[in-house]
Order: sequence, then structure tokens, then C-alpha cells
Amino acid sequence: MLTIKRVPTVVSNYQEDSQDVAGCGRKCLGKCCLPVSKLPLYAFKPREDNTAGNKNERTISDPEFSFNPLLLGQWEDRMNRGLFRYDVTACETKVIPGQHGFIAQLNEGRHLKKRPTEFRVDKVLQPFDGNKFNFTKVGQEEVLFRFEENCDEDEDEGNDSRTRFFPKSSVLPSAKPSVVAINVSPIEYGHVLLIPRVLDCLPQRMDGESLLLALHMAAEAANPFFRVGYNSLGAFATINHLHFQAYYLNVPFPVEKAPARLVAEKIKNGVKIYELCDYPVRGLVFEGGKNLSDLSDEVSTCCIWLQNNNIPYNLLISDSGKRIFLFPQCYAEKQALGEVSQELLDTQVNPAVWEISGHMVLKRKKDYEDASEDYAWKLLAVVSLSEERFEEVKAYLLEAVDGFILAQEPKKGHTAENLDDVIATATPAEKEDLFQVHGTHAHVHEGCLVLQ
Amino acid sequence: MELRILIRKRKMAAQLSNNQQIDQSLGSRYSTWITEVLDEMPENFLITDPCLSGHPIIFASRGFLKMSGYSREEVIGKNGRIFQGPDTDRRSVLEIREAIREERGIQIKLLNYRKDGTPIWIVFHLSPVFSEDDGRVIHFVAVQVPISRKASISQSGFRNLEPVSGLDSTAPNSCTWSRHSPDVGNLDVKADCPKLEICFGSCRREILKDSVRGLNKSLLPDASPEPDSRELQCEDACEDINLEKKKATAAIDSILSTLAHYSKLMGKSVCGRRCSSVHPRLTRITSSLNISLGRIKQSFVLTDPYLPDMPIVYASDGFLNLTGYSRHDVLGRNCRFLHGPDTDPDTVAQIQENMQSWKTFHVRILNYRKDGSSFWNCLHVSPARNASGKIAFYVEAQLDESSLNEDDGLTPEMRQLGAIGAVKVAVRTLFDAGPSKSS
Repeated sequence: MLTIKRVPTVVSNYQEDSQDVAGCGRKCLGKCCLPVSKLPLYAFKPREDNTAGNKNERTISDPEFSFNPLLLGQWEDRMNRGLFRYDVTACETKVIPGQHGFIAQLNEGRHLKKRPTEFRVDKVLQPFDGNKFNFTKVGQEEVLFRFEENCDEDEDEGNDSRTRFFPKSSVLPSAKPSVVAINVSPIEYGHVLLIPRVLDCLPQRMDGESLLLALHMAAEAANPFFRVGYNSLGAFATINHLHFQAYYLNVPFPVEKAPARLVAEKIKNGVKIYELCDYPVRGLVFEGGKNLSDLSDEVSTCCIWLQNNNIPYNLLISDSGKRIFLFPQCYAEKQALGEVSQELLDTQVNPAVWEISGHMVLKRKKDYEDASEDYAWKLLAVVSLSEERFEEVKAYLLEAVDGFILAQEPKKGHTAENLDDVIATATPAEKEDLFQVHGTHAHVHEGCLVLQ
Repeated sequence: MELRILIRKRKMAAQLSNNQQIDQSLGSRYSTWITEVLDEMPENFLITDPCLSGHPIIFASRGFLKMSGYSREEVIGKNGRIFQGPDTDRRSVLEIREAIREERGIQIKLLNYRKDGTPIWIVFHLSPVFSEDDGRVIHFVAVQVPISRKASISQSGFRNLEPVSGLDSTAPNSCTWSRHSPDVGNLDVKADCPKLEICFGSCRREILKDSVRGLNKSLLPDASPEPDSRELQCEDACEDINLEKKKATAAIDSILSTLAHYSKLMGKSVCGRRCSSVHPRLTRITSSLNISLGRIKQSFVLTDPYLPDMPIVYASDGFLNLTGYSRHDVLGRNCRFLHGPDTDPDTVAQIQENMQSWKTFHVRILNYRKDGSSFWNCLHVSPARNASGKIAFYVEAQLDESSLNEDDGLTPEMRQLGAIGAVKVAVRTLFDAGPSKSS
């Protein structure tokens, strides 16, 4: 009988000083305590270069020099202080044999001790409710550091303003602190939550600025095995307070290995949209752009459209912010309609972003031992939108992002080979036609099931 | 100001020892003529060393330098990712990374960038070089064959091939197969189109198992993979770069047999595939673990609690710099060689006691370098678990109490903990099935 062991608490060098009794006394993240806190601050300078560069000189901007050691070191410190509900590294993990390499973990304690979901799951947009659990109630010991952009223009001893780390930083009155906190029920080592603008108490709802912050965090880590994920309400987010998740796992995710075909490209900023092939969940992949803002703009436009049309979705930021996967989903609705088999329901796996990406946490030993690629595929296939529905949503999204040229389905007998020439010689009317995207302006059907 | 000079000096010293390691990477395994011989070879290729921090390039052929426009100094010591650029397909990069992690070969079409920023399509063929006696990967050879403009112009009916993946450790090492994805629609491949590059994905053909024939005859033949279900088929478009692929495979053969020949002269034979007779224990520090650990700059060692006298099985560059020992000096030995005349025996006893109960702990102990000088070591020790959830190694991270605080706000103690965390992440995905203690 497996029992959940707490990590033995060892005396740590890094006990926080509890001298200041400002705030409500609890040292939480609310308006009472956070503004008077002295949390560490990692102030990043956005990296201009969106491509893989080589880093010769070890400077503060070298991720191996600061971001990763900071996050991992602080996480290890919190482990030593006994702040986690269990030692996740003691949970058995394996790669399921097969073509896709789904990853399964046996974690019997996580769901027993995790906070239950406190809101309805059929609406993607719901207002923030201060009475329900949210991150302002979290103790500051769970925060590893603040993560914000360095807007400082000051030149310091001849150096340009650069990425800087401040071990103890006061919160300026004009600041909107964003924090990186531990996830006390971790899926993997280093599992953290990124909470943008904590004090603004934003509901779980994507916006461009927050997505960009998440992309910057992925870029700061500059580690392909550090992924950032987002679950909308209705797609198994459990807390209605805007947050992203991230953790380290040094294996590729099945979704990252899946082939994808190019769907559209925007010449103006070089952003490309692909569609996943041969993967149980239908989804789009965004890549490219001259910088992170370009990519962030296009993706957040899509997320906002989905939110406004009540379509739950999950987002995976991969490859240090260079690839973003977007999965509209409908599992919760199918569950409510009784469309999910009892066998799958019994495993109690809620397919959120990590599961959809191919990393599954299983609660029962039996499910873990029996886990097969078939099972993983079946579970995820239920999450996916149907082909018809996905095509419909895709068309709407392409319309929403605007300015993309389709890579395929050429009209009027044009082939992709001579698309170049076609654009060059097209009349304005033809060009408009060429840039037009499939789709109607009809009302979007609610729900993921195709209404016959 | 003085602080900065000191820090710079330390960085230069570390860089110097780095350069020495790169220079010695070939010299320590192959006979002295190897560099000359490799220099004579016409092919474009690189040789990398996964055991060195950053998985650097240690050799670049003339042909490669000419093709890429870089000078030797600009390439040696760097990681291969410097040749990637904005339009390099990220998925291909992932596949290469995976092949390295899984210590197997890969042949893939890839977009590289020259020094002047111009892109160039190549057939990229990577192959591991195994040490015959212990089966470790000691080098990777990467061949690049440029694809001619004519061959890259699109044909109809190009289909994307899928990788065979998954960490199946029983699969033969150098042989993987691709499979059709019948549901993928027809895709057009177009290269060298500056404005609208619709090129993506990759046409892959893995190393054919007989591509490394003619090497050491003591190799046991690999079990052949199921040929029927996974037989390779390629559409017409792939045939267009067939010539380049054949060239790449031939180049790999040629380079591997050269390395094999010159390694034999040193008595430390290498070959293109891992011998199945290798003692499983010795391959526990896989090359992927090596690469992950190599990124960690701090001083630490991994010790194996299941081997007699708990020997060091991995030592970071930081550890060697701190203590003055060489890797050869320390691997296989217990850490007690760091103790000296004034080391407190009670502290030593405390360490032993804690380790027996598999705890995380830290102590302050007087240690000695190779040259006899002493330093106060803030030693932090923690067990690291592998994928099975069981303890695989002990991580011991050393910190010289008097070490300088680099001026970026992160204290040495924070970095030390960061190193331990990074080791735990690396060991976590060690899927090796060694004997382990349940706790």
C-alpha cells in the first residue's frame, strides 16, 4: 500500500527573516502584504533575437547563469522546507512504448490532496470571485521570485540596462508585480505557476500582455525541456485567477514530435500557422515572427476569439517560446452529455494541457501498469474537436488573425509552386480574393458536437 | 573594479582549461595523425564531444568551413546550434536533439545558415561513435551535404515521413525506420524561395543498418528490426535528393572507418555501433545525462551508493577546477580523498551517518585540494532519483566558503542549490533499470 511521504524537513540556510510585521500579518499576496514585501525580483530585458543564438560570454543574460539556477535552486529550497505535499521525484515515470512516446506518471497522492474545482465548467469566461480560492491568499514563502520586465532605462557604469536580479526588492507604487510561485502539488520537478499582475485579480482569461509575459519566461529559461502551459476554464483550469504553469522534463513531448502541415503564413511578420497531423487531438501550431510580440499577438487573438465564443482550449508554449500549440477542446461538454465511456471516466484523468501534450498523470496503479499507446490515444481522441467542427473553428480563427495567406487549397487552379508569381501579377481584386479566407460570417454554433 | 578583474581572470582560466579539453578530445582517443588525416578528407563534416560541457564542436573539416563561410576559430568550441536560423524547422531540431539523447544516428533534411546569413539546404547525417570497451558515446560525427538547387525544386506528391520514437532501450542502436503517414495530404516542397517559403517538415531516411560495414569484426550482429511493417518507401520527390543522401551515408562510413582505424592504433577502439557485450553498469552515465550535467557550472559530483565504497561516477568541470584534480584522478574513488590532516572527524562521521539514512543535509567541512591547500567547503548533499522514483545517485555539491560573489545578485549558495536542482531534473529522466533501493 503506497503511502504519501512528506519530504523530511531539514534545517535550511535560507529561512526567511520574519522581522517585518507589515500587512495582515500572514504575509500573503494580497493588497495588504504584497506591496510591502521584499521578494526577489528577476527583471528581464526582452531578448531581441528570436532565433537560436550562441552564447559565448557568460553574462547575467545567460540562462544557465541565472534564470534556471534561480528557479531550480529556490524550488529545491522549498522542498527542503517541506512546502510540497509530496516528493514528485519519488513518483514512478515511464515512456509508453510505441510510436509517439506518451509519458505516464503514477501519482496516487496528487488528486487526493489537490484543491477541488470551485466553479462551473461550462463557461469559459467567468468573473473573478474574491471569496473563492485565489492566489492572493497564498503565503509568500510559496513565491520564488517576481518576474517582470526591466523597464529601467538607466545606464549603469557604462553597461546597457540589462536583465537583472534583485534578491530583495521593494514593490514600487507604480509596479504591477507578477510572481512565480511553487505548485504545491507538482507534476514534475520545478513545477511552478506564473501569476501575471497578481494584485489585479484577473480571472482565468487570456490577454496579449499576459501571454507575452509567459513567452518571455519560456525565452528566459532558454531550455526546450521547460514548457509553459495554460488551461482555460472548461478545459480543466482549477482556479479562476489568471495563471500559467511550467515545469522541467527532459524528454520530448509527443505533441512536439507530431508532424504538422503548414496552413497559413503572414508575410508582414513571418508568423506561420501549422495544423497537427497524426495526433489524437486536433490543434494548431504557431511559429516564427520577428520577435516574441509578433507571435504573442497572433496567438492571443486566437485565444480571445475562442474565449468570446465559449470554446474551451489549452495552450502549450514549447521550444523556449518558439512554438505555441493551441488545442480547442470539448471534453467537459462530452462528459456532461454522457459521451465519455465509463472506462475512461474511471481513470479520472482530466485532459488538461499536459495530458494533451502527451504527459499523463495517472492515479491508479492498474492504469499505470496497463498504460498503452492505445489507451493514451483513445483518451485524447475524446478531447479533440471533431474534424468538421475543427475546420469551422480554424476558419474563424484565420479570419480573426487577419492578413494570413493560405498555403494550400489554391483557388482558380493555382498551385503552390507558382503562388509567388500569382501574387506578383494579380490585380487588386484578385489579390483580395487570394487573401480571403474560407469561412462565413454566420453565427458560431455553441458546443463542439457537430449539430446535424 | 578589482572584483571584476578577478572574475574575468577566473573566467579566462576556465576558458583556457576548456580549450585544452577541446584540443585533447581527439588526441586522447586517436593516434596523433588523426587531425591531419581528417583534414585531408574532402567531405563536409563536424565532430562533437558530448562529454564536454556545452557539447562543443571539436573538429571541423575544410569542406565544412568552406561551405559555411566560418573560420576554424569561429566554429571550434561552439555548439552546432549556431548554424540554425529563423527558418530552420523547429521540429527537425527537436528530432536531432532526440537522436543525440538516445545515442542513435539520424539522417534528415535541414536548413542551415552560413556565416553571411544566407540559408542553405543540406542533408544532415549524424552518427554516434562508441567506445568499444565500455559502450559510451565518445563523439558524434555530423556530415552535411548541400542539396543542389535543381534537386530541391518541388515535385508533386511529396509525403511527410514520421519518426520512430520512444525510448525503447532494447532496440538496436544504429537502426531506426520510418513509416508512411497515409492521412497526410500531398505537400509541396519548395526551397530557396525568399518570399514565400512553404517548405517544412523533413524527408528522413534513417541509417541503414549496413551503412557501417567493414568495421571491427568482433561486433555482434544486431537483431534486425521487423522489416515488413516498417519498410521504407519514399515518393518521387525524395528520390531527387537520393544522391545527396547516398553521399552523406558514404561520408559517414568513410569517417567512421578512419576513426576506427586510428583508434585501434591507440588501443582504445571505437566503432559505429554499441557492442552488446558491454557491462550494463558502465553505461549508466548516458551521453544525454552527460550533456545535461555538462551545462551545470557549479562544483558537484555524483556518487553511486550501490557500488562498494560509494565511488564518484561523475565530476563536473567546476569540481575539477575547485579541487585541482583531473577527471581521471577522481572517477571511481570515494570523496574522502578531499579530507586532510585538519578535517574534523566528527563532521566526517556526521556525513556518513546522514548518507546511510538517505537524507538531504549540509555540513561545513575542511577539504584539501590536490596541491595540498585547504578550503572550507559548504557541502550540500541530496539523493537524486531516477525515472523509477528510486534513488539512483547522491548529488554532492561543494562550495568554497570564500568564493566570490558574482555581481548579479545570485549568491553562491543559491547557485549551489540551483545546481542540485538541475542535477535532479537531469537524473529524473534516466530510464535505466539498475538495482535500486526503495525508500
